[in-house]
Amino acid sequence: MSARPLKRVLVANRGEIAMRVIRAAAELGLDTVAVYSQADRDAGHVRLASEAVEIGPPPAPRSYLDGDAIIAAALASGCDAVHPGYGFLAENAAFAARCAAEGLRFVGPQPEAISLMGDKAAARETASSAGVPVVAGTPGGIATVAEATEAAQRIGFPLLIKAAAGGGGRGIRIVDRPEDLDVQLTAARNEARAAFGDDTVYLERYLASARHVEVQVFGDGVEVLHLFERECSLQRRRQKLVEEALAPNLSETLRDGLHTAAVALARAVAYEGAGTVEFLVDRDTGEYFFIEMNTRIQVEHPVTEMICGLDLVREQLRQAGGFPLSFSQAGVVPRGAAIEMRINAEDPANGFMPCPGTIHDLDLPGGPGVRIATPMRPGSVVPPFYDSLIAKIIVWDVDRPAVLARARRALGELRIEGIKTTAPLIRELLSTREVVDGDYDTGFVERWHRT
Amino acid sequence: MSTDIRSPIPGVFYRRPSPEADPFVEVGSAVEADTVVALVEVMKQFFDVPAGVTGTIATVEIPDAEMVDAGQVLFTVNQ
Repeated sequence: MSARPLKRVLVANRGEIAMRVIRAAAELGLDTVAVYSQADRDAGHVRLASEAVEIGPPPAPRSYLDGDAIIAAALASGCDAVHPGYGFLAENAAFAARCAAEGLRFVGPQPEAISLMGDKAAARETASSAGVPVVAGTPGGIATVAEATEAAQRIGFPLLIKAAAGGGGRGIRIVDRPEDLDVQLTAARNEARAAFGDDTVYLERYLASARHVEVQVFGDGVEVLHLFERECSLQRRRQKLVEEALAPNLSETLRDGLHTAAVALARAVAYEGAGTVEFLVDRDTGEYFFIEMNTRIQVEHPVTEMICGLDLVREQLRQAGGFPLSFSQAGVVPRGAAIEMRINAEDPANGFMPCPGTIHDLDLPGGPGVRIATPMRPGSVVPPFYDSLIAKIIVWDVDRPAVLARARRALGELRIEGIKTTAPLIRELLSTREVVDGDYDTGFVERWHRT
Repeated sequence: MSTDIRSPIPGVFYRRPSPEADPFVEVGSAVEADTVVALVEVMKQFFDVPAGVTGTIATVEIPDAEMVDAGQVLFTVNQ
């Protein structure tokens, strides 16, 4: 493949990830064009980009999800590429295809890979064919209650009903008993139709105690490599709160198995760009199972960058410009330990109720090994229209005990006045025996928070 | 007697459970305290707005998909 470097990139996102992309592009000498809604005129990504274009009113469907407006802005401002960040249009295959049709390079995988992995049932089948273990379930979706009942006998209870078009923890129901299956199936269908416009659902075995471990992969159309794993079990309502790399307390055999499986799946779809293959690891049996593949850069990508000494967004922009990967598998040796803490505008004392508003004052942590990703400054307004993530604090240190101490130290320096955030909760969480020992599962945060 | 139904939180006011669905309530609809009359979306989460009173919807004060503040009147109810 001959290189055709990008020149001018439109960043189809907001918040910290838009700033992350703009910074990576600037370091490569590329011009950047930000897009913004009427709620984001003073936002961080608007200040940072070479140029900024207003694309619509505050609600996301009329701005950051408006593919027409974004493509029009890219063409009018002379861009040759679009970076979608995460969320919004990042995993919208039709948008990726439209970019290509308009002569804009979409910084992400091929539209075919996005749509294949976006259909959770099809993704499971692809994984299974690639020899990657999947949880027992109904890969092709469930059409009738009779079919569900029959499959449920094979899978056993409790089981999960999942929306084929869901993802990121949304569109999932737990069914405890056979007599609840009928009612739950109907409810899950209705929910899936309302939330995703597609009522296809499938059933899956439920693991009582599992860890969420994911593998970062990167492909350039010729080769697919992995960049080790991240441990993401510290979640509430299936949304990640804290992530770390590497995953603690995993045997070398298990880790090798995860890396090999992730690369096998990505190779099976000739994957290009950055992707993440998510697995559940059964704490009782040590078995691991594919959950889904995210075909984008992820919120928690910095922990991988910190231990690998790489810049994944730079790598994405290079790959989109036709350059081969800048690293080799043998050349990447993970070093030390990294933790990311997600500071969300939510009130943990009040059921994690969203807490938009004005940040009157702000002190951000600093010092060695601390990396901050935030668009916020004193006086910033957190609008009610978008995700509640307002800052990520990423810390690196030589080993896990040191990085935990550094994480607690950094959080102690953080002061946010004006809105409630998850920071105090995370600070307490990092001092629990389970987190200190690296001995937790995906249900830990909610069990701990209840008491 | 007329009573207001107010938004408990700031966000985007929706009169329907999903874009294709019928509105939760229209003028003249009978409601009880636990009847869901609207959704408010804030930071990608949807919250039910219960009527809070028993009566009949008298007026709809806010157009669908408009931004509302906490405490803003969404409907009035004749009791």
